[in-house]
Amino acid sequence: MSKDDFILKAEGLHKSYRMGATEVRVLKGVNLNIKKGEFVAIIGASGSGKSTLLHILGALDKPTKGVVKFEQRDLSRFRAGELNRFRNRMVGFVFQFYHLLDELSVLENVFLPTMTGKSIIGWFACRRQAKNRAKELLAQMGLTERIKHKPYQLSGGERQRVAIGRALMNEPRLLLADEPTGNLDSATGNGILDVLETLNRAGQTIVMVTHDERIAQRAGRTVTLVDGKIEHKNSNNL
Amino acid sequence: MYKIILATRYLLKRRTTYFAVLAVALSVFVVVVVMTVMAGLVNEFKEKNHRFAGDCVVGTESLVGFAYYEDFVKLMEQQDFVEAVSPAIKSFALKRRRGSDQDGVVEIMGIDPVRHSQATGFGDTLYYHKDDVSKTFEIAYDANLVGCVLGDFLLLQDTNSRNLSEISLPRIAYSISCFPLTARGALAQAGTDMVNTKTFYYSDQSSTGLPRIDGSLVYLPFEQAQLLCGMAGSNKRASRLHIRFKPGVKIQAGREKVRSLWQKFKQDKAGEIQAYTLDTVTVQSWKQYRRSSIAPMENEQTEMSVMFGFVGITTVFIVLVVFYMIISHKSKDIGILKSIGVSNIDIIELFSGYAFLVGILGSGFGLLAGWVFLLKINPIEDWLFEHFGFQLWDRTIYAIGDIPNQVEFKILAIIVVSAIAACLVGALIPSLQAARQKPVETLQVGQL
Ligand SMILES: Nc1ncnc2c1ncn2[C@@H]1O[C@H](COP(=O)(O)OP(=O)(O)OP(=O)(O)O)[C@@H](O)[C@H]1O
Ligand SMILES: [Mg+2]
Repeated sequence: MSKDDFILKAEGLHKSYRMGATEVRVLKGVNLNIKKGEFVAIIGASGSGKSTLLHILGALDKPTKGVVKFEQRDLSRFRAGELNRFRNRMVGFVFQFYHLLDELSVLENVFLPTMTGKSIIGWFACRRQAKNRAKELLAQMGLTERIKHKPYQLSGGERQRVAIGRALMNEPRLLLADEPTGNLDSATGNGILDVLETLNRAGQTIVMVTHDERIAQRAGRTVTLVDGKIEHKNSNNL
Repeated sequence: MYKIILATRYLLKRRTTYFAVLAVALSVFVVVVVMTVMAGLVNEFKEKNHRFAGDCVVGTESLVGFAYYEDFVKLMEQQDFVEAVSPAIKSFALKRRRGSDQDGVVEIMGIDPVRHSQATGFGDTLYYHKDDVSKTFEIAYDANLVGCVLGDFLLLQDTNSRNLSEISLPRIAYSISCFPLTARGALAQAGTDMVNTKTFYYSDQSSTGLPRIDGSLVYLPFEQAQLLCGMAGSNKRASRLHIRFKPGVKIQAGREKVRSLWQKFKQDKAGEIQAYTLDTVTVQSWKQYRRSSIAPMENEQTEMSVMFGFVGITTVFIVLVVFYMIISHKSKDIGILKSIGVSNIDIIELFSGYAFLVGILGSGFGLLAGWVFLLKINPIEDWLFEHFGFQLWDRTIYAIGDIPNQVEFKILAIIVVSAIAACLVGALIPSLQAARQKPVETLQVGQL
């Protein structure tokens, strides 16, 4: 296995929150490597720090100690502009609560990352293309009928599919999903997992966080977060 | 692009925004109306002072007056930038209406009505002789009598009637008494009867629209006034010369020319026996000459501006509060935007753009409402006066007919720009705070 196969390497991640005098240590030395094309599930009890870890991996938060390397580049060395570009192009985030913008239509929500990454002129140059890609993504998710709707007019499962569409819009190298099915009934949740599986088969690298063993089964590899550290439990793929 | 889209959507979707827009509109409305009216009043007031004084005044405040004025009048009349010159006598006098036993102190001004109407707006202030100023001091019912023109407020005090009969001139006699002074300032007739008294008959009234002048000034024929004040003699004296410049001559430039001509004139006269009377003479533009009455008016305008500056500050606070509310509602959106790589500056721009829209919309509505209100302000005021006896602007203080409602583009531009600036300032603090929020923190909120 060559070194280059790793898209993401986390080494000795610590994260602690200060709450007045007491310090809450959430992560206590997490080591985690993600290979290109992998579908990894991080499993752990509620409050174990899964979301915290995922945010750090996606550069939404900074570790107290330790490094995250994305394609051999240390995220902590990124300047603000590079960090924004990284969040915009390299990773796609899917949240448990979808986090769509209510003021925008479904279609607009999906192509939003492309629009925010461009200047006005740049946007006008690629508008058509971006809209077509967004429509394609929504079609893949079976949402063609709903592109003009507002997020609050959709069901939870539909919203989550829109959120996945948005995360995929800029063709990120890495898709990070934080309990993408946590708020859905199991049938709908399975639909979402089917979508992720399909994406993975097409080559998309995915890291998914969940507290549900059965959901974790759908991933290629499962790691467990216990007491602020990673326990490598089973490896379906290796 | 998304900033524009999102800013507009926020504007249309949030009910709170409407309050912000309304607040901005209201303050713009109030400021536009008050500033326009105030500026109109001040301009009108200045214009009246200008008409009263002519373009330039050469004269002395001394009751002695100055000699050789006729020579300077001739010199002035030869200048190609001078349209007209009118010498005037100014003094104080006791006035008693025949049939009354009360004396009143008045200012008297001796003028030649024709020349004075050429140099100033005097003719237009008259009631009967607007169209033929040469007969201003003539008494139609008795050619032997000498007329006088009273300020209309002064007349009002005497007769309790502002509009006298159109057809026949009422016969009102005034005896005017004055202390004649020598060129040195001594009483001219010490030892004998010290006072000069002459009877004049009401021949017209003057309304300059300047309450202090209309309430205290009596115009007399020039020669009569000169005699009364002891300025006739061998070296005739006058108090001041009112000068009108040719059209197109700048006031400042004209005054400078007059000033240097006066300096030269004074040097030429240095050897003359009454040259010392020239020492107190100053050359002033109409603004300088009327400074003491214009300045309080301008101060009032400044005070108004300051007061309404506070209206602007209130707007800033309202916008600030509204923005705090909106941004705290929208903190999730900020987190989402940041998670897809939107920078802090972009967040600030997004909310500033939103504030800008609020400012534009608010001041647009405010301007429109203010403009319509100003167009209708006089009918509105008439209506208020008819039904409630309420006047927005007291006529006796401002001495105006209609409320001025001439909208000045410059004022509007300043108001709109400051309203938008106020919105941006009000939005700045909340948007800075919004930009500083860490994406995780705001997104975490949604998960709890
Ligand atoms: N901003 C913060 N300040 C203080 N403590 C925090 C903060 N964010 C998270 N924590 C704490 O860190 C711990 C881990 O939180 P995290 O959200 O990562 O857990 P999780 O594994 O995702 O839980 P869940 O399954 O409920 O989503 C929790 O105890 C939480 O209270
Ligand atoms: Mg979590």
